[in-house]
Amino acid sequence: MSDLPYAKDAGLVLCHTCSKACADLLTRCPRCGSSLHHRKPNSLGRTWAYLIAAFILYIPANLLPVMNTNMFGNASENTIMSGVIEFWEGGSWDIALLIFFASVVVPCLKFFALGLLLVTVQRRSQWAMKERSKLFRFIELIGYWSMLDVLVVALVTALVQFNSLSSIEARLGILFFGLVVVLTMLAAMSFDPRLIWDAEVKDD
Amino acid sequence: MPPTPSAPLSRAMPDTSDCLICEHCDTLYRPVALRRGETSLCLRCGAVLARARRLSVQQQLALALTAAILFIFANAFPVISISLEGLSNAATLFESVQALNHGRITPMAGVTCLTIILAPLLQVTLLCWILLFACRDQVAPGFALCMRTLEHLRPWSMLEVCLLGILVAIIKLGGMLDVHAGVGLWALAMLTVLLITLSGKEIRYLWSHFEARL
Repeated sequence: MSDLPYAKDAGLVLCHTCSKACADLLTRCPRCGSSLHHRKPNSLGRTWAYLIAAFILYIPANLLPVMNTNMFGNASENTIMSGVIEFWEGGSWDIALLIFFASVVVPCLKFFALGLLLVTVQRRSQWAMKERSKLFRFIELIGYWSMLDVLVVALVTALVQFNSLSSIEARLGILFFGLVVVLTMLAAMSFDPRLIWDAEVKDD
Repeated sequence: MPPTPSAPLSRAMPDTSDCLICEHCDTLYRPVALRRGETSLCLRCGAVLARARRLSVQQQLALALTAAILFIFANAFPVISISLEGLSNAATLFESVQALNHGRITPMAGVTCLTIILAPLLQVTLLCWILLFACRDQVAPGFALCMRTLEHLRPWSMLEVCLLGILVAIIKLGGMLDVHAGVGLWALAMLTVLLITLSGKEIRYLWSHFEARL
């Protein structure tokens, strides 16, 4: 496996935007004009920063209500978890699971997986490199589905507006939750999966 | 579609013009010609290296123009409408964005607008622009900028999530009110499929196709 050549050793850099293989002396891609980097600049620091910020915001995102429902005079505040429980108790266990996955499992999985990737890369671990590569691609693939809750709240709020009779309003929790999604997406974008494989190469 | 492993390059290979680098592990390959529907995978990390394109330029242009029309429908018509004891209400995508635009939540309206309206709008416009010229074998003015923007927009376009969100909203409100899917929803569903087809690696070939003329 390790006899496959690395682009770095051949003096080549990949352009992130147009995928051209460029000579590593260049600072800009001759084809598309994007700036070239051996690895994403300051990848570990940025990823940690975004990830920690997202983790901190995840606390108010879960504690604060995301929605205020007023149906025929019965007002209730919903957090993300209470919304899931409401669906579950109302018999729609499938929708409950769907929202639970998008709003709870996916963000938590991202915190755990990106944290794991960061720590193992910093330790220059050679453990399960292919699997960690796959884990990163999986995180990138599922990450943005967490936006689901924000969009549901936006739609429901826009629809249920019958003045005094019934109305639904968005609450501050949804801002924090949306920021968590954006920050975890930025964290995944700033992580450079090639760092996983750099552990295989000795520092020169 | 059977994956074809690409041929690894020998270390002594100095020619830089015609190489393929895995974006996930930096492995260097000599590209192999792929037949329609084939995908090449990285031997080291298993990521997709290249995918043969499935559509001709004419077909891509046709789909991009269809997407443009569908975009107009998806935004002009309500995606869901509800009725409650004689009262009724409907929401378009933009009205959903506006619903978040109050008080301290306002930043979220911006993010939502980007993910379900602006990003898809730019994607569709840029695709039409690039492909209209590519169809006549010309390089569109601002080609590099358009292609770069498309590449950066991709992660922020979330129509498929929006589609699922609409379905969840329908079920959520269905328990309390009469809910109907609007014309916008069907347009949005088709637009989502078209944008997924046209984004990603499907139009990347244009970079190398027009490289000499940039």
